[in-house]
Amino acid sequence: MFRGVTFIPPDTKIDFVGQRAITWFVSAFLTIVPLVLVATVGLNMGIDFQGGTLIEVKTKESPANLAHLRSALNGLGLGEVQIQTFGAPDEVLIRIASQPTETEQQASIAKVKKSLGDTVEYRRIEIVGPTISSELIAGGTVAVVVAMIGIMIYVWFRFEWQFAVAAIASLVHDVTATIGLYSLLQLEFNVSSIAALLTIIGYSLNDKVVIFDRIRENLRKYKRMPMVELLDVSINEMLSRAVLTHVTTFLAMLPFLFFGGEAIYGFAVAMCFGVVIGAYSSIFVASPMQLILGVRRDAFSASAAGAKRRTGAAVRA
Amino acid sequence: MHFQKWKLILVFGIVLAGFIFALPNVFSTSTLAKLPNWIPHDQVNLGLDLQGGAYLLYQIDDKDLVSDWLDTIRGDMREALRSSRIGYTDLRANVASRSVSVHIRLPKDVDRAYAALKKLAVPIRNDVFGGFSGYDLKAERNGSDGITLSVTDAGLTNRIGSAIQASIETIRRRVDAFGTTEPSIQRQGRNRILVQVPGVSDVQRLKTLIGETGKLEFKLVDPNVNAEEVASSKKIPPGDELVYSDKDPPVPYVLKDQVLVSGDSLVDAQPGFDGRTGEPVVTFRFDSSGAQRFARVTRDNVGLPFAIVLDNKVITAPVIREPILGGTGQISGHFTVQEANDLSILLRSGALPAKLTVIEERTVGASLGADSIASGKKAAVVGLLLVVAFMFVGYGLFGLFANLALLINVVLIFAVLSVIGATLTLPGIAGIVLVIGIAVDANVLINERIREEIRAGKSPLASADSGYSRALTTIIDSNVTTLIAVLVLFWLGSGPVRGFAVTLTIGILTSMFTAVTVTRMMVTYWLRWARPKTLPL
Repeated sequence: MFRGVTFIPPDTKIDFVGQRAITWFVSAFLTIVPLVLVATVGLNMGIDFQGGTLIEVKTKESPANLAHLRSALNGLGLGEVQIQTFGAPDEVLIRIASQPTETEQQASIAKVKKSLGDTVEYRRIEIVGPTISSELIAGGTVAVVVAMIGIMIYVWFRFEWQFAVAAIASLVHDVTATIGLYSLLQLEFNVSSIAALLTIIGYSLNDKVVIFDRIRENLRKYKRMPMVELLDVSINEMLSRAVLTHVTTFLAMLPFLFFGGEAIYGFAVAMCFGVVIGAYSSIFVASPMQLILGVRRDAFSASAAGAKRRTGAAVRA
Repeated sequence: MHFQKWKLILVFGIVLAGFIFALPNVFSTSTLAKLPNWIPHDQVNLGLDLQGGAYLLYQIDDKDLVSDWLDTIRGDMREALRSSRIGYTDLRANVASRSVSVHIRLPKDVDRAYAALKKLAVPIRNDVFGGFSGYDLKAERNGSDGITLSVTDAGLTNRIGSAIQASIETIRRRVDAFGTTEPSIQRQGRNRILVQVPGVSDVQRLKTLIGETGKLEFKLVDPNVNAEEVASSKKIPPGDELVYSDKDPPVPYVLKDQVLVSGDSLVDAQPGFDGRTGEPVVTFRFDSSGAQRFARVTRDNVGLPFAIVLDNKVITAPVIREPILGGTGQISGHFTVQEANDLSILLRSGALPAKLTVIEERTVGASLGADSIASGKKAAVVGLLLVVAFMFVGYGLFGLFANLALLINVVLIFAVLSVIGATLTLPGIAGIVLVIGIAVDANVLINERIREEIRAGKSPLASADSGYSRALTTIIDSNVTTLIAVLVLFWLGSGPVRGFAVTLTIGILTSMFTAVTVTRMMVTYWLRWARPKTLPL
């Protein structure tokens, strides 16, 4: 009977944590460079966070006459107007800068419609006023922070504080790296991006918990093994699982990059990247951090009291 | 590893129920209508991003509301002081401090005035039990002769709350009259109203209809002045006001500022056609007191023009040819049929208590929605196929078990979405795909565990057994942490993002059932039937 292809042999002995001198450098790079990118290049803030108007139109003529559209809209005195095609040649995205008040914002769309008339079909219109955009920024930030705190408490409760700290540190790493990607590719940063970040946080953490689980188990199992070796054994034992899981999730998200359409493109890019960065940080950030934080072995010994013993049923002498 | 019979029945029952409740989604609405009643008819609601429609977030204008209220308070104070025969000066409203202040002329009257004005404060009953939670106004002494009435925070909140309630009612009447299916109008936060109208094509018209205050007033035109002259000189005679028409260019009118009859007295308004000219008009009818007042005014002013004013714009200013005694009349303003129709909706629905401003608007055309469904479907199907293929390559027979569970999981997600009436959005479709990844992870964890147990030299049955039980804590831990992030997303998000959180939550929960329980059952029965010497893993 077909038992499936073994992608990763069961007895790998790669010294992931052993190479930490190099990987710390890489991780630091992945955290610091995005911050520099955001500070210098900046994020392509969508109208959600900046306020403004976004109009998606399909022109009656194909390809769209961008020069004509541009001259028509620039004459309206609405400040900065960006026009670009995406997807099909007759699909055009128009972005108009935020107007000083909500009323002017509403008036701007009427002006555009009057100017373009029947030459286009309006497929999507989004208007975000200054009140909402500032609230969305605050809401998005709060959401990311609250999610992290909630997760930290749960991991602390289920494991030890060292694991919680390691988890949060790697999540910060993942989040900054992903924001860096948004800046690098100049993907629009909007409410969906916050959703993507939170999902990456959830997914990445899921992966960390799986490895932590194995580290905890091995701490009980190999009482005298040096910590570096123990971490590497844990990661290697979970390597096959990590590869299979991440490849499947990646494969599942990948079609959204190609067929998902404009509305979800940025989200799909972030998710695909998130799968990779989450897998990286589980092995190269969350695990070696245990060395720095110095997890206590006796915390997981069979004699340790409380809820933590439930998973300890599997301890073998 | 043994499954009790009731467990087996339960699992089968859940899966079967899932299929039954997910079934309506494969039919078109017309086919669904022909099916017998005992088959569930609930389909998954499509979000505005998938079926097209308008999402409009309105905010009530606090300042507008406060200044209206201060005007009323000022009037009440004047009335109270007059009826107590107390002399006063400097009766002044201050919008910034939300208060009205007054100075009392004679020191001996101050105490009496304070007592009289204090009575204007009304207790608020706004909690669930109708209990007392303070007054809407606060009276304060201000120096030796001053008294200030200020609006309390509780009073303002209460006022905004009732204005929002009244606005929702009004908007509902207007949107219903617009003739769309299943609009949703709900309060959001302290001073906002969210209006979601699926499938609407003319959003501009919808917005005009909702946003118009709809305050109708009948006023007399001042016949003694030339409106053009007043408009250019800006010298408005006392007791008059300058109002422009709604035409382009606007025509000025000088009106007496007293309201003869207001829209509050209307009982009905219908679009119609003028009997002689055939022009679209709006006919209206007053209630009895309105009709009496209208009769008196028209009798006293035959031959003079009066103006019909909507939201401070003159719609029309006809000359009164004869007294209108029946309490009915018509407004003709060179309308198109649609304008007459919309105006009648506006008048029937009553006025909004305060100005509403659109602070967020997202509209999606039906064609884009259809495109999004098509692309979402395509991406999801391709993704699912890739995962299924990869799982089979990776785990063979056990991969097939996982794949079967995966399909059941997708069916269950649709069943739950249909039953609870949740909304599927484009990010929601991506959420389902992500769930596929998470569900597969559970099976990967289990299968890898079983492989380890086999390598440790256990029998097939024992390997499978401990593989499942030992992977379980890991699966639960990892899913709970994901759920924490997702619940935050639900709490923060609105519209499409919330749809994503909903599908993800449902999917994570159902995946625990399918990836663990359902596959375990399959593996158990397969082991019992095939009795393999070694596990194909």
